Amino acid sequence: MQHRVILTAVASLAVMVSACGGSTSPSAAASQPAASQPAASEPAASQPAPSVSLPTSVGEGEGELTVLAWPGYAENGSTDPKVNWVKPFEDQTGCKTSVQVFGTSDEAFSLFSTNPDKFDVISASGDASLRLVRAGYVQPVNVELVTNYADIFPALKDKPYNTPDGIHYGIPHGRGSNLLMWRTDKVSPDPTSWAEMFDPGKPWTGKVSIYNAPIYIADAAVVLMKTKPDLNIKNPYALDDTQFQAAVDLLKAQKPAIGQYWTDYALQQQAFSKGDATIGTTWQVITNLLQAETPPVPVKVIKPVEGATGWSDTWMINSKTSHLNCAYKWLDYIVSPSVNAQVASWFGEAPGNSKACSLTPADQTNCDIFYAADDAFWKDVWYWQTPEATCVDGRTDVHCKDFDAWSQAWTEIKG
Amino acid sequence: MLRRRSRLPRAAMSANRSAAASPAPTPSARRRVVAAFERRPRLRLGLLLAGPVGWLVIAYLGSLAILFLNAGWSRDPFTGLVHREWTLANFGQLVTNPLYRTVTLRTIGMAVAVTVTCAVLAFPIAYYMARVASTRVRGLLVVAILMPLWSSYLIKAYIWRQILSVDGVLNWALAPLGLRGPGLNEVGLWLVLTYLWLPYMILPVFAGLERIPASLLEASADLGGRGLMTFRRVILPLVFPALVAGSIFTFSLTLGDYIAPSLITTTQFIGNLILSNFGVPNLPLAATLSIVPLLVVTVYLLIARRLGAFEAL
Repeated sequence: MQHRVILTAVASLAVMVSACGGSTSPSAAASQPAASQPAASEPAASQPAPSVSLPTSVGEGEGELTVLAWPGYAENGSTDPKVNWVKPFEDQTGCKTSVQVFGTSDEAFSLFSTNPDKFDVISASGDASLRLVRAGYVQPVNVELVTNYADIFPALKDKPYNTPDGIHYGIPHGRGSNLLMWRTDKVSPDPTSWAEMFDPGKPWTGKVSIYNAPIYIADAAVVLMKTKPDLNIKNPYALDDTQFQAAVDLLKAQKPAIGQYWTDYALQQQAFSKGDATIGTTWQVITNLLQAETPPVPVKVIKPVEGATGWSDTWMINSKTSHLNCAYKWLDYIVSPSVNAQVASWFGEAPGNSKACSLTPADQTNCDIFYAADDAFWKDVWYWQTPEATCVDGRTDVHCKDFDAWSQAWTEIKG
Repeated sequence: MLRRRSRLPRAAMSANRSAAASPAPTPSARRRVVAAFERRPRLRLGLLLAGPVGWLVIAYLGSLAILFLNAGWSRDPFTGLVHREWTLANFGQLVTNPLYRTVTLRTIGMAVAVTVTCAVLAFPIAYYMARVASTRVRGLLVVAILMPLWSSYLIKAYIWRQILSVDGVLNWALAPLGLRGPGLNEVGLWLVLTYLWLPYMILPVFAGLERIPASLLEASADLGGRGLMTFRRVILPLVFPALVAGSIFTFSLTLGDYIAPSLITTTQFIGNLILSNFGVPNLPLAATLSIVPLLVVTVYLLIARRLGAFEAL
C-alpha cells in the first residue's frame, strides 16, 4: 500500500519532469496563435508615414517597466551587488523595472513574438531590430524627446537597422566586436587569426568554444573573405549559393574541433575556467569576468586580422507598450553619459554616447580600449544583420540565402 | 457524507424557521438541491469529474490539437511569423532531410541505452530493498532514492557539467589511478541521464519485486530450482512488467530532454532541434518535429501495454 503511494508520487513527478522537459514546444505552440495574430494584419499597418503618431512629450512614469536586454546591459545587482544602474533609474523615475536577459538575437525575437505585449523596451542588435520593425512589434521613436540622442556618435545614427526608410525606431546604445579569446597557458604563440579555430589539426582540437546561433555562419564568411578572395564575398550577410556553401563547408570541417556551443555567457566562462575550452569566439565582458576570477584565468582577446562580426545595438520600444513614458525615460537614461559609461565598462564595448568616454574608469578613460571614436577600427567589423533573399550588399543579379536557409544550415552543420 | 450529515440539523432548523414564517411548510432550496443530487448519482459524478476532465481535454488534448494545427501552417521567411496557410512542406522536410532521421535514431538510441543501464542498475538495488533489507534499512533506502528528486533537475545537470569537466571532480578523483573520466560528450551524457532517471526505474521494480509472494520462491527451491534458475524462471517473468513500467519513465524522459544534452554535449537530440526551431523562430517546423517523439512514445506505450506494464504500475 505504502509503495503504491510512493509509486503514484513517482509517476506524478515523472509527468511533471516530462512536462518541464518535453512539452515546451506544445505549450509554446499553444501560446502561438495569439502571437501570430499581428503577422497577418500588422506588417502593412506598421509602415507609418514619418512623424505619424509620434509622442510629443514625455509625461509622468507609469510606475512599471519590463526590459528585455542582452546580459550586462541592464544590471540590477543580481550579477554583482556593486553593479547596479537599474536601481538609480527606479529611484529617479518611479518606474519599477524588471529585467529579462537573452543569449541570442533569435531568442530575443522569439521571446518578443510569443509575448507581444510583455516587454516595454528591448536592446536589439541589427539581426533582430529589422525583424522587429517588419513584424510591427516596435514603434517609431521621437528622438527629440530623448535629450541624450544629440550626443550619440554620428557613426551609429541613421543606419538601416535603426532607421529604416528614414524613420527612427530607437536609440543607438553602443557597439562591439566578437573577439578571439584563448588560454595563454595553452596556446602559444599568441594567435592573430580566426584560422586557429577552424583547423581541426591543432592541439586544442575538441576545445574550441563557439557562439551557438545561425548568425555564426557569417564568422566563417569573414574568414573566407580573406582566405578565398576568389569567392568575392563583399558582405558576410549577403551570401549567394556558392559563397554560402563554402561557409557551410568550412563550418562542417570545423565541427570535430568544437567542444562547446555557447549562448549563455556564464557557461562559456565556466568552460574556459574549468579547462573545457582553450580557444573560442567571445565577448569582452566574458574575458573581463574570467580575468576577475580568483585566481584569474589566464586569457587574452584580440580582434583577429580578418576582421570580425560584431554588433551595433539599439534600444527600441514595444508598439503595444502601456508604459510609454517609462520607456522613453529608460531610453534617455540608458544612453546618458554616466550610465552609458557604466554599461560600456562593464560589458566591454564602445559606448554610443560621445560624452560617456571621459566618464569610464581610469584605466579605460577615453575609451581607447573600446575604439569608441576610432571609426577606422570598425571598418572590418561587420555588425550583425539579418540575411535576406534580396542581397544586403546591393547585388541584384543573384539571390542570396535568406535567414531561413541560414538557420536550416546551422542545424545541419551541428549534425 | 459526514459533512452533509452535520449540516442536516441546521438545514432542518432553517426549514423550521421558514415554516414558522410562512403558512405552508416548503423544503428549503438547499434541501431540494441535496435531494436532487441524492436521486441522480450520475449528475453527482458528472459534476465531480467536470473539473479534472475539462482540464485534461482543454489544457492537455487542446494544446496537442494546437500543436498538430501549427505543424501544418506556413511562415514568413524573414520575420518568422506564422501565416495561417496550409502546407505540407514541414512534413516534407521531416521525411526528406536526412538530418532528422539521424537525430531521431540517435535520440532513440540514447533512450534505449539509458533505459537498459537503468534497468541493470536498478534491479539489484530494488531486490536488496524488497527482499533482503530490514524494514529500517529499506525505509532509509527509499528516502535516499527519493532524495535527489527533491533538488532541481537543472541544478543536477549543471553540477554534472562541473563533475565531468576537464578540471572537474571526476578527473581529479581518477587522476591517482591514472584514469580519466569520459568528459563532456555523449558518454558523459549517458552517465548523466542514467543518474537523473534511475529513481524512476528503481521504485516500480522495487514494488514489483515486493509483490512476488515468498511462497513462490520457496516452491521453486523445493522443486530443486537454484538461485539462477529461480531468478530466470520465477522472478524475472513476474517482475518484467514492473521493469517495463519503469522503462516508460526512463525512455520517455530521455527522449524529450534537451537541457542535459545541450549542457553536456555538442550533439543535437530531438529536443534540441525543436528548441532551436522554436528560437529561430520556426514554430511550424518545431511543431512538426514535436510529433516525432510523440509518435515514438505512443508506439512504446502500446508495446508496454502488451507486456503488461500498466498492471504493474
